[in-house]
This record gives sequence, C-alpha cells and structure tokens, in this order.
Amino acid sequence: MLNSILEGVIAFMLIAGGAFAFIGSLGLTHLKDFYMRLHGPSKTTTLGVGCTLVGSSLYFSLNDGPIVQELLITIFVFITAPVSAHMLAKSALHHKLKPDPRTRGNPVELESEKPKHSVEEAPQGKSPLP
Amino acid sequence: MIDTALWISLALFSAAISLNFYRAVIGPSLPDRILAVDTMYMNSIALIVIFGIWVNGKNYFEAALLIAMLGFISTIAICKYLLRGDIIE
Repeated sequence: MLNSILEGVIAFMLIAGGAFAFIGSLGLTHLKDFYMRLHGPSKTTTLGVGCTLVGSSLYFSLNDGPIVQELLITIFVFITAPVSAHMLAKSALHHKLKPDPRTRGNPVELESEKPKHSVEEAPQGKSPLP
Repeated sequence: MIDTALWISLALFSAAISLNFYRAVIGPSLPDRILAVDTMYMNSIALIVIFGIWVNGKNYFEAALLIAMLGFISTIAICKYLLRGDIIE
C-alpha cells in the first residue's frame, strides 16, 4: 500500500520535472529578446531538474533505506543556477544587447551613451615655452 | 506506473534538448548561445538520472554531479571572459 503511493509520487515527480524542463526550453526558444529568454532556463528548468532528482532519490530509497546522494546534486543546482544567470545577465548588459520594446525596466547600462565629461581640449598654439 | 512515467519524461527531456540545440544554432548573440548550452547541460543531468532509474544502477549520480560542476565552472569562465577579456586576472 505504502509502496504504491510512493510509486505514484515518484511518477508524478518524473512527469512534473519533464514538463517543467520542456516549458523552460520552450520559453528559451520562443521569447523575443535575451532578457526575456533568461527567465525560462534559470527558473523553470532548475525546478524541473530538481523535481527529477528528488524523484530519483525517492526511487532508490524505495527498496533499501533512505538515500540522499541525489539531493546533493539538487542543492548544488539550486545554488549555482542563480549565479550563472547573474553572470549571463551581466555579460548581456556589457554587450548592450537590444531589449524588446515590451521588456520592462530601463537599466543604466543600456541607456544611450553620451559622454558625460567631454574631454577638455588642450589649448593649442600658445605653448608657454617658446 | 514508473515505466510509463519514465517514457514520458524521457520524451519531454529529449524535446527540451532539441529546442536548446535549435536556440544554440540560431542564437543571434553570444550570451544566447551560452544560455542555450547552459540549459542543455542541465537537461542532460536529468537525462542521466532518468537512465540511472531505468537500468536500476546507483552509480550514475556521480556522472551527473561531475556534469553539474564542470558545466557551472565553464559557464562562469565563459561569462568572465566576455566581461573582462580575461579569465584569471
């Protein structure tokens, strides 16, 4: 009885993980500009991979005792995905990728660049020394 | 029940990897391609874990852990290279 309930939970975890990862990759393919595309993989795919790893951990602890080794990968993925998304956003801002007009927000890095301090031209012609 | 779920999730993850490969090929800018490859290794972790459930082997999680660590390090290294023009300053 308990095993059949646990099998149902494992099957749900596997299918939910696959569905989340597929939706994330669909967003990566279909959204308009880079700042929108960053949402899909960094949130949804992380959740999908986490669901699959938890399901695998439950499956291997079905027969002989609890096994928490897969949770190690889950924790690692949950820690590192925001860091890599942050670095990707920084590099996209550094390259000044064009945002879609529907993308909200107006970061300083993407404003049209006008030199704030124009370099003062050195006086020419009249050098103090002869 | 688990067999059917394994088939469904294998199909979904394979479709996800195909979509990532499409984005990595057509990606208009360099961070797009890096993001696509990053997502691709995340999905391959899940594929390896599902294969481990399929063959009922417990040793596949080490391969998944290795892929997770190397993929994270490579993403950070490429982003650092794009940002600074150098990896270790």
